[in-house]
Amino acid sequence: MSKQVTFRIWRTDANGGGKFVDYPTEVSEGMVVLDVVHKIQAEQANDLACRWNCKAGKCGSCSAEINGMPKLMCMTRLDQIPLDKPVTIEPMRSFPRLRDLATDVSWNFRVKTKIKKFNPRKPDASDGSWRMAQADVDRVQEFRKCIECFLCQDVCHVLRDHHKHDEFIGPRFLVYTAALEMHPLDTEDRLPELKQACGVGFCNITKCCTKVCPESISITDNAIIPLKERVVDDFFDPLGWLWKKLRPKT
Amino acid sequence: MTNYESFEYDVLVIGAGGAGLRAAIEASAAGVKVGLVCKSLLGKAHTVMAEGGMAAAMGNVDDRDNWRVHFADTMRGGQYVNNWRMAELHAKEAPARVHELEAWGAVFDRTPDGKILQRNFGGHKYPRLAHVGDRTGLELIRTLQDHGIHQGITVHMEYTIVTLLKDGDRVIGAFGYDRERGRFKIFRAKAVVLATGGLGRAYRITTNSWEGTGDGVSLAYHAGAELRDMEFIQFHPTGMIWPPSVRGLLVTEAVRGDGGILKNKEGRRFMFDDIPDLYKSQTATDPEEGWRYVMGDKNARRPPELLTRDHVARCILREVKAGRGSPHGGVFLDIAWIKEKMPSAPEYIKRKLPSMYHQFMQLASLDITREPMEIGPTTHYLMGGIRVDGDTQATNIPGLFAAGECAGGLHGANRLGGNSLSDLIVFGKRAGEFAAKYAKENSAGKVNDAQLEEASRYALEPFEREGSPEGPYQVQHDLQGMMQDLVGIVRRQEEMARALDGLKQLWGRANKVAVASNREYNPGWHTALDLNHLLTVSEAITRSALDRKESRGGHFREDFPKKDPEAQKYNTVVWQGKDGAMQLRREPIPEMAAELKQVIEEMK
Ligand SMILES: Cc1cc2nc3c(=O)[nH]c(=O)nc-3n(C[C@H](O)[C@H](O)[C@H](O)COP(=O)(O)OP(=O)(O)OC[C@H]3O[C@@H](n4cnc5c(N)ncnc54)[C@H](O)[C@@H]3O)c2cc1C
Ligand code: SF4
Ligand code: SF4
Ligand code: FES
Repeated sequence: MSKQVTFRIWRTDANGGGKFVDYPTEVSEGMVVLDVVHKIQAEQANDLACRWNCKAGKCGSCSAEINGMPKLMCMTRLDQIPLDKPVTIEPMRSFPRLRDLATDVSWNFRVKTKIKKFNPRKPDASDGSWRMAQADVDRVQEFRKCIECFLCQDVCHVLRDHHKHDEFIGPRFLVYTAALEMHPLDTEDRLPELKQACGVGFCNITKCCTKVCPESISITDNAIIPLKERVVDDFFDPLGWLWKKLRPKT
Repeated sequence: MTNYESFEYDVLVIGAGGAGLRAAIEASAAGVKVGLVCKSLLGKAHTVMAEGGMAAAMGNVDDRDNWRVHFADTMRGGQYVNNWRMAELHAKEAPARVHELEAWGAVFDRTPDGKILQRNFGGHKYPRLAHVGDRTGLELIRTLQDHGIHQGITVHMEYTIVTLLKDGDRVIGAFGYDRERGRFKIFRAKAVVLATGGLGRAYRITTNSWEGTGDGVSLAYHAGAELRDMEFIQFHPTGMIWPPSVRGLLVTEAVRGDGGILKNKEGRRFMFDDIPDLYKSQTATDPEEGWRYVMGDKNARRPPELLTRDHVARCILREVKAGRGSPHGGVFLDIAWIKEKMPSAPEYIKRKLPSMYHQFMQLASLDITREPMEIGPTTHYLMGGIRVDGDTQATNIPGLFAAGECAGGLHGANRLGGNSLSDLIVFGKRAGEFAAKYAKENSAGKVNDAQLEEASRYALEPFEREGSPEGPYQVQHDLQGMMQDLVGIVRRQEEMARALDGLKQLWGRANKVAVASNREYNPGWHTALDLNHLLTVSEAITRSALDRKESRGGHFREDFPKKDPEAQKYNTVVWQGKDGAMQLRREPIPEMAAELKQVIEEMK
């Protein structure tokens, strides 16, 4: 069954400004927002810019704000949103706009290069392999589900409203740091940066990031809060921290 | 002469999937200056979508496994037209490449004794696929990405290469544009590695994203490189078919590896009805034995659902044609049934197949722990591709290397699941190593201005065709429909001849498409430029498929349904002749090394 729905999409213009343009579009059963964008691209606006790759919530390319909610366009079904009034689709607001729905997310890639890389202990076996129990890697695997959609970065008020991009790495990279820090094989110490360059203190645990994460990573409870605790522990009890960090590796 | 921004590297890697990243890391480790170009953002290439796992005979779950078994499985799966040297290197080197990923931070699922866990997959004799749930590709690409960004590689994201630059016979760089501004760029390089992935976008129903337009294969072809085995396209048996907007999306083979079964609308497990001779001795005779295999019984044989993909896809088509299909024209894939066998089935399914659970729940409102999925074949993978030397990944064009899905040979007529991710790391590494070596031994070539002018003129033409009746999407759409209908899973002489005519007409239309607006981030323009690649690879597929008058692996001819022993002795090779037309020859397969022959005999 198909019907007409209006999609109100942000379009940039030549001088860097932009406006919403209405596209009345025929929609049918099972469609997601990304299908609509593709349909409009093919039929009404060949030059409508958007990112996508997998169409299955696996690559984190198609992030946008749908009726003001940060979401993956490929995983947002039309039957989950009201269609009786125009549906707005606009780019993520925390990043500079490039064109239409595409934003400049390069800041994220720069931030990552500044975090100390993985540094494993010596292999446990002569073939260069290690032994780890599944229970000890469950948490790290949760963090490694991240598809780098940057929706958490988009929604975090420290970046979105306060523009602390130079002082705060944002929830995505706190998750990344947590994954490294809790990796059973890692021997690096990222604690000093966490306090300074990463700005973990800016987070006041509003949990907005956790709510939008399409991978359902418990960003705040499982990554940020433990990191904050480590920073505090370290401050009061550096040896206690060291002991905790070393213990799972022995 | 126009002033384009220009970059200079020792090695330029085109493509940042698993193969490209691994090549760039290796070249950089060899001490040369490396540039890496990709069409999307870093970490978004196809590799990220891979689900099931990567094959490496580590023997962690079944210690009877070793490189010899893996080699024999790969050759049997490829029906013996593989580049056997590649199959040998792949089987021998995959375990070390997987351990290396762990050293770079990858976190695979574990066995009870703490080793890397391995799962069953079609065509692999023993549980062999290292994996992380059903998101192994994400783990692979993120590991390489996070390691690679600290190796001094310069990454150009959202840049598209449109031509390889040549100095005489040699490739000396590449020419392309950036998506954001649409400005042309020159990349000078002593050696170039192509790692551009596949071409599923030549078909209407596919697992591939917009990137899978066969660019590298076409770029190499136009630079004079030879392509091989282009008739061998893998149609994955299990793609989603409902609702229409998700048609083609992959349902990982791991569903079957973990106990999923195929049924027709009568509830019959039709895969038991036709088991090829080559696999009879390895396949379970009844459902009970199949289930014991899934549960790890070493004396049980594989259920027929885990036969090779080409065979499973054809069995599904047979059921649909006979009117025994599901409501939307596929068959049923059922994992929910295992609740008869284990009380905790829903938890087991969610833990083993989290993203499949999620994908069906979210996109089809279907709970796979309760109901069967509806599935059908979807265009998935290019077995053929650029012809390379097995050891060095060098093409026949000096300075040009290729690795990953865009290179052909390892998989022969049919790829085993999981053999692609391992292909990427084994041969990505080799391509990087030998490209760096080549770069050290050769000086930079000279860019030919006339070639640049021609390339930029060609690229800008679509903007100048005002008043043209057609945009690029319509041509692309018609091409995809034609390839799907006429050069798809089941092929016939007369249909493919029609496809060749159709391609001529589509070339004509492609040369006339117009695009609106300007050069900044303009997908219409990009689609117009990709048409050249799609048409080139479609012609290569069609001509190769016409020439192979037998059925083998991914290539099935209704008019020649049997395997021809004579046709096992050659590979189909195409290249561009002096007059610009596509040439074809049957290239004899070199005699296999005696030691390898013996391995195959022993594993029969
Ligand atoms: C849904 C899905 C699931 C899969 N599951 C598995 C699995 O479980 N196990 C397995 O072994 N295999 C699997 N495969 C196959 C495997 O993922 C791919 O074959 C493999 O990832 C290809 O890797 P690649 O490095 O060759 O290329 P890709 O990962 O496709 O990367 C190609 C790169 O080239 C770039 N590129 C292309 N053209 C140009 C150009 N003109 N200019 C600049 N850059 C360009 C792209 O931007 C991209 O960065 C799966 C594939 C899909 C689609
Ligand atoms: S919990 Fe912290 S990181 Fe997450 S959105 Fe709130 S302030 Fe930002
Ligand atoms: S943590 Fe979640 S929301 Fe943030 S980038 Fe990763 S997947 Fe996206
Ligand atoms: S297109 Fe990949 S997450 Fe939406």
